[in-house]
Amino acid sequence: MPAWTSRRTIDPMMASETTAAARMRDRSVQAINQTLRKVPAWPLYIVGAVPPVWIFIAGLTGRLGVDPVKAMEHQMGEWSLWLLIAGLCVTPLRRYAGINLLKFRRAIGLLAFFYILGHFLIWLVLDVQIMSQILADIAKRPYVTVGFAAFVLLIPLAVTSNNWSIRKMGPAWRKLHKLVYVAVLLGALHFIMLVKGFQLEPLIYMAVILGLLALRLPVFARRGR
Amino acid sequence: MAPIWKSRFKDSDATPEDMYLNRRQLMAGVAGLGLGSIAGPALAAPEGLEPNPYEDIINYNNYYEFGTGKTDPAKYAGALTTSPWTIRIDGMVDKPGEYQIEDIVGKAQIEERLYRFRCVEAWSMVIPWNGFTLASLLERVGVQSGAKYVAFETAMRPDEMPGLRYPVLDWPYREGLRLDEAMHPLTLMATGIYGKDLLGQNGAPIRLVVPWKYGFKSIKSIVRITLQEDEPFTSWSDANAREYGFYSNVNPQVDHPRWSQATERVIGSGLFGSRRETDMFNGYAEEVAGLYAGMDLKANY
Repeated sequence: MPAWTSRRTIDPMMASETTAAARMRDRSVQAINQTLRKVPAWPLYIVGAVPPVWIFIAGLTGRLGVDPVKAMEHQMGEWSLWLLIAGLCVTPLRRYAGINLLKFRRAIGLLAFFYILGHFLIWLVLDVQIMSQILADIAKRPYVTVGFAAFVLLIPLAVTSNNWSIRKMGPAWRKLHKLVYVAVLLGALHFIMLVKGFQLEPLIYMAVILGLLALRLPVFARRGR
Repeated sequence: MAPIWKSRFKDSDATPEDMYLNRRQLMAGVAGLGLGSIAGPALAAPEGLEPNPYEDIINYNNYYEFGTGKTDPAKYAGALTTSPWTIRIDGMVDKPGEYQIEDIVGKAQIEERLYRFRCVEAWSMVIPWNGFTLASLLERVGVQSGAKYVAFETAMRPDEMPGLRYPVLDWPYREGLRLDEAMHPLTLMATGIYGKDLLGQNGAPIRLVVPWKYGFKSIKSIVRITLQEDEPFTSWSDANAREYGFYSNVNPQVDHPRWSQATERVIGSGLFGSRRETDMFNGYAEEVAGLYAGMDLKANY
């Protein structure tokens, strides 16, 4: 690279503009955080109840097409992945953009858990129905095993999603809740394993999740600070 | 009285959907009087078959050339140009050539066949097809001795089929049958459903229907039929040989590696409908089991 295109010779005008832009950005981030501070987290649980209820009513009233059970199963599964991904976004958003959504993370995580529970129950009660086949599927079908494992891993996380557990468990709580990384990877794998042929959509989910997890690696984490 | 699957109805005889059940009930009534015993042993249609509403059949399809979603074909297959349509019939036949569909269908005896359609994804629906036997077409073009298999190919039109942009399968879609399977009287070349011309999503203008095999064997929108000595290339076994075999006969005892085939979801039964137990050869064992006598159906899945 020739010296005269070196990054060091920044035009002073440009430099001041960059700082001005940075200052502007800081100010808007502050404004966002201030607004967020005023928004309570509890309405998320109410808003979060809307999609499953809507999906169930749509299924009952024939608005999910001719195979409502599969449609419900897929939609709940997809919502679960979206919520898990949203939960994974909280830390990078804070680290790299300075936006603080930490107080919403518990609601996002718990909603993800209940969506997965719903997804599981739809499969169990409305789809497979037969107990012996349910157990056989969990044991014998790798994509079911993987999905079920993701669900099971999230149970202790859901159970300890309260201030009392955080206080009681101390540093162990943080360690335990890192299990979500494993669960979300298994969730994406579950999607990849169940489609027929070569399909892009589940691979995109996996790529996004791997990207969000990579941002937590020490090599990136240091740069962010 | 001819058995249901052989009834010689023409397109013009086709009953409107709302009268369909009435006629079936009438026939059931006749059977109840004891006259039905004539049809008894040869009755291929498993008992109690009630066709799914037309709306179910045209809105729930696997036709990956139009997308992998179940409603994608209904959304996009309208773009498929089905006229003019030519089928190239070649390989070990006496009269190979490019056949116009009018020429093929015009000379065919159109029948009505009520078949259960069982997808490898473990769901099923019941479809009243209109069509003619593949055997009658093959007899017309003259199968040469030495031909052992029939290969089929679906149209590949990137301009009309948005799903072709994605390498879900090695396009064009291809399927195949053993010659004796192809010549079986149950094997149908379908041109209509409920007396109406096939829509794009159902494989317009002409498709195969092999009721004792998983749905993907019943290849849609056929542009080529080849008689040959070797087992043909089949798209799904090419994509995943462990999961999809050449035969792909409906068999509740042989599971797909990723899911059980013991039961099936009945499309149209609603949110709380129960699954039904899958029948051997999808209920057509009496007619077709003989084709596979002595074969290990677990090995030849």
